[in-house]
Amino acid sequence: MNGGAPSTRIDLVRVADMVERGARVLDVGCGDGELLRLLGERRDVDGRGIELSQRGVNDCVAKGLSVIQGDADTDLADYPDDAFDYVILSQTLQATRRPRVVLEHMLRIGKHAIVSFPNFGHWRIRAQVALLGRMPVTDNLSFAWYETPNIHFCTIRDFVALTREIGATVELSIALNSRGDALRFTMPWWAWNLFGEQAVFRLRRKR
Amino acid sequence: MAPQVATLASSASEADAPHSLLLRLGADRPLQMDAGASLAPLSIAYQTYGALNAAKSNAVLICHALTGDQHVANRNPVTGREGWWETMVGPGKPIDTNRFFVICSNVVGGCMGTTGPASTNPATGAAYGLDLPIVTIADMVRAQALLLDDLGIDQLFSIAGGSMGGMQVLQWASLFPERIFSALPIATSAKHSSQNIAFHEVGRQAIMADPDWRGGRYLAEGVRPAKGLAVARMAAHITYLSDSALQRKFGRNLQDRERRTFSFDADFQIESYLRYQGAIFVERFDPNSYLYMTRAMDYFDLSADFGGSLARAFKQCKARFCVVSFTSDWLFPTSDSRAVVHALNANGASVSFVEIETDRGHDAFLLDVPDLIATTRGFIDAAARARGLK
Repeated sequence: MNGGAPSTRIDLVRVADMVERGARVLDVGCGDGELLRLLGERRDVDGRGIELSQRGVNDCVAKGLSVIQGDADTDLADYPDDAFDYVILSQTLQATRRPRVVLEHMLRIGKHAIVSFPNFGHWRIRAQVALLGRMPVTDNLSFAWYETPNIHFCTIRDFVALTREIGATVELSIALNSRGDALRFTMPWWAWNLFGEQAVFRLRRKR
Repeated sequence: MAPQVATLASSASEADAPHSLLLRLGADRPLQMDAGASLAPLSIAYQTYGALNAAKSNAVLICHALTGDQHVANRNPVTGREGWWETMVGPGKPIDTNRFFVICSNVVGGCMGTTGPASTNPATGAAYGLDLPIVTIADMVRAQALLLDDLGIDQLFSIAGGSMGGMQVLQWASLFPERIFSALPIATSAKHSSQNIAFHEVGRQAIMADPDWRGGRYLAEGVRPAKGLAVARMAAHITYLSDSALQRKFGRNLQDRERRTFSFDADFQIESYLRYQGAIFVERFDPNSYLYMTRAMDYFDLSADFGGSLARAFKQCKARFCVVSFTSDWLFPTSDSRAVVHALNANGASVSFVEIETDRGHDAFLLDVPDLIATTRGFIDAAARARGLK
């Protein structure tokens, strides 16, 4: 979904670190299957994927991954409750039409939901809007406004607010700086929101 | 390559004496049919390729389509043409006969050696004709299971087929879920649509309207409803293609002539092509068998036995699935495959689903479509790793 910057790999590794060994995993928007492959190798998961692009699906299946062609916005409704241990949405939330509905389905289908997304509150992005008066284009978000598939950007604080609205519990969260390093836990939210280029959250339903 | 006509078998002789391996089951092992009858004796004609391993864990069953047969990967004894799925099955192919023991049997009701309407009814000494009970997809599958029993194979490593073959794959998953490790249903549906039943009815009526059909007793009376069968084939053949492929291949081109003849001659290339397809088909296929095959597909509705729930039909199945559809297939559109995928997902089954972009219509499953080859190879290789096969 994103421009394929080096930090993507780091992001996938961080996601993989949050998954329990041997778990049942659904990767929503799995692209060419890189995360599923990583999860298979490192965490020995029983992985499935959903991907919108035909090219991505064909690549995944040719690699031997279990992936179906589908749309996160419409097809998650067909999955039964608690079908998976983890439902992952990696760098895809901002491209969905109804992020809130997608997130609610993820929490319904999986015991845990893992979401990684680009932080629109990062200082570089804020600076581009504030100083240049232009929609931001960065290495990580490389599309011009008129051709971007990313239609629902949010900041880390926006995302946290949404988790509260839908009654999800944040189990784990990390923010990554532009080099892909995790910011220190002791930093306050506002600092994450300013210096985190990407964020990864692990959520579960409130019991 | 032109077929060597002198060495070719006649389609009539194949029904009773096929150029294939033949399993003959007696009255002690009858086929219990959905129509209520039990069929015995039963002949099952089949081909095998490759070698069965010691653990008997590398068997792959190929299920053929409406007008297909068991000659998947060898020269066809009737037509002299190469096997119908040589793009997919053979040494080094995605379904690799160097690794797997590949089996394909002619379906019950067929005309290539398995008991069908053209076979001799031992009770009368004449061809069954319409005395053969109506055959269903489940009957075909039960007969295949009898063959596997005879070969000593408890579980198939994989089962694959397109169109009516795909219906058999889905039926296997429902009827014998523990006997398949992986499944590849291609360009198929869990139930035949109203439109498809309609096309089949047109075909059947064309055959039955031919005065030489003789109420199905044409073999005994020494005639053949060739015209009716050819028309049935012509109509069906259109449904296997797509509008855009027809435009691309034929357009409004004229056949061997500069201008219209102002007659009902085959002026257009597409007319000539369809007439040719009809003509070669009647050389190799039994008209009554065509009635039985189309009826079997029409009756197919896998969810019907499960209160309309397709998910329940697959409830017991733990197999890995790869479902494939083609964008230009309007006979078995992608929505049919999606319904299967949703039902499998609802059971948490391991399922892949690929919709392949092509303008070649329903027939794409038989053709050399690179995405189909790559998908099959990836799926089969991953399944073989999971099964611990070399």
